[in-house]
Amino acid sequence: MQENYDVAIVGAGPAGISAACVLAGKGIKTIVVERGEYPGAKNISGGVLYGHDLAAIIPDFVEKKCPVERNIIESRLWFLSKSGGYSLSFRDRAFYEKQAFNAFTVGRARFDRWFAEQARAKGALVVCSTVVTDLLRDSNNRVIGVTTDRPEGDLKARVVVLADGINSPLAAKTGFRPEPKPSHIALAVKEVIELPEEIINERFNTETGHGVTIEIIGEITQGMDGIAVIYTNKNSLSVCIGANLSDFMESKVKPYEMLEEFKQHPLVAPLIKDGQAKEYMAHWIAEGGYEAIPQLCGDGYLIAGDSGMLFNALHREGSNMAMTSGRFAAETIAEALDKGDFSRKTLAGYVARLQNSYVIKDLKKYRRFNAFRLQHHELFTTLPRLGSFAAQQMLTVDGVPKKEKQKAICKKFRKEISWGSLIRLLWTGWRSVK
Amino acid sequence: MTAKVEDKLFLNRFRVDENPHIRIIEGNVCMEKCENQPCLYFCPANVYRLEKDRISVAYEGCLECGSCRIGCPNLNIEWRFPTGGYGISHKFG
Ligand SMILES: Cc1cc2nc3c(=O)[nH]c(=O)nc-3n(C[C@H](O)[C@H](O)[C@H](O)COP(=O)(O)OP(=O)(O)OC[C@H]3O[C@@H](n4cnc5c(N)ncnc54)[C@H](O)[C@@H]3O)c2cc1C
Ligand code: SF4
Ligand code: SF4
Repeated sequence: MQENYDVAIVGAGPAGISAACVLAGKGIKTIVVERGEYPGAKNISGGVLYGHDLAAIIPDFVEKKCPVERNIIESRLWFLSKSGGYSLSFRDRAFYEKQAFNAFTVGRARFDRWFAEQARAKGALVVCSTVVTDLLRDSNNRVIGVTTDRPEGDLKARVVVLADGINSPLAAKTGFRPEPKPSHIALAVKEVIELPEEIINERFNTETGHGVTIEIIGEITQGMDGIAVIYTNKNSLSVCIGANLSDFMESKVKPYEMLEEFKQHPLVAPLIKDGQAKEYMAHWIAEGGYEAIPQLCGDGYLIAGDSGMLFNALHREGSNMAMTSGRFAAETIAEALDKGDFSRKTLAGYVARLQNSYVIKDLKKYRRFNAFRLQHHELFTTLPRLGSFAAQQMLTVDGVPKKEKQKAICKKFRKEISWGSLIRLLWTGWRSVK
Repeated sequence: MTAKVEDKLFLNRFRVDENPHIRIIEGNVCMEKCENQPCLYFCPANVYRLEKDRISVAYEGCLECGSCRIGCPNLNIEWRFPTGGYGISHKFG
């Protein structure tokens, strides 16, 4: 491995591989270093990817046999109390006609491997089973390569792309960005539950190849600021639940017990009935938002994807931001190579690209969203409970006049949540996403 | 309710690094200074377990989320990635 490269990329996730595809496509000598046994071995996501950002890198990804599980045609939102809840869903023909592959599910172990193959085909070297343990620097503190855990594993490169994801002991050690605060992280657990394809089609009211996503908040996260999702794959369901790490640290809730309880919820249990659990995983989600984005470049290096906190928690968009930031990093590096200048000043073109794109624009728009959720735990406690109570009362046919029911509902609301705090919730909520 | 995390971990493919990638720095901090011992709860793989006089670390089942590294209120955990290629390997992801 003791060779010199133009670019060394840490991590073969969507950010790193996107950068590698673009760089290698331009004939730039690129190496990707991945700690997993194969790309994707360490990675999880709910599993939704976005065609728009992938097509900017591999335009014919469908023809190239990208391992798509299901093309998403319907999105559901659930607001759940312990015993029930509200459901809202949107489906449109456009999502399987002219906008097919707008969003689709994947298993990351398969997708990341496929994606890395595309980079290899373009000429990038992807080395697995290798941990980057430190950065090499010159006497002026410029980054000039990486150290790995292989014997004689130093790699020199003119630019290093840090695409090592949100959990980065490398950042903690070298300080290229600070360790995230527990309140900027969600800890999520995921189970993959196998079911026959036809059963999934029936339960989700879809045709073969079409899929549904369900995003869920409410009492399911046991009072913590959190979210659960259920996504359909070809013959399995991805069931994830997670909450803010600072909430976990205080609550004494065990993630796997929360997952089990979620699986028994009356809206969830029928969907997964008779399914076989196949895999159990855990991962962080980068929820710090705009305020937590570190300095994204320095002399000799750039940070892309989750490692740079580029994640939109409200719309669960992370893989797309990873791909697009990886592509922008590569375009900037190509310019820097032309100039022969890898200083922070030149590499800052990367930040400008991000700022002019949806990536930073969206993160800026939702800059208050993380704080909003953390300050309003009633979203995960009182509100779903009261909401369910109200609906259940109104739908119970028991001879009680509706006016009396309404009074009882209002009384309960007033007792448990003041109008002032409800108005504050709506106002700050609106401000956090407007 | 008792969900058995061992049954869940049993589904996974691990290649165990003989060299532990997690170490508690000061054992007595756990027993004397850490009132809530949150690692016993938030770790999704139940790696940390309370023994009579110490916290034991079953690092073999670690899911590599990183939570204990920043979630230990005393920053009393030394944590690195398992050696390249070791640790968990997702089949589906
Ligand atoms: C439960 C969950 C659900 C999610 N759902 C969605 C979703 O539905 N849609 C969506 O768009 N996003 C989702 N996300 C977010 C999405 O997964 C991330 O935004 C995305 O994976 C970021 O890509 P990345 O390339 O920046 O990082 P990663 O995918 O984390 O890749 C980083 C890579 O670097 C490697 N690595 C790290 N450190 C080193 C090192 N020192 N040496 C060598 N290799 C190293 C890792 O093994 C890994 O392969 C979800 C995340 C989670 C946890
Ligand atoms: S949280 Fe940290 S200090 Fe407390 S018991 Fe666990 S490892 Fe020890
Ligand atoms: S990294 Fe995650 S799974 Fe591993 S020991 Fe720490 S908290 Fe547990």
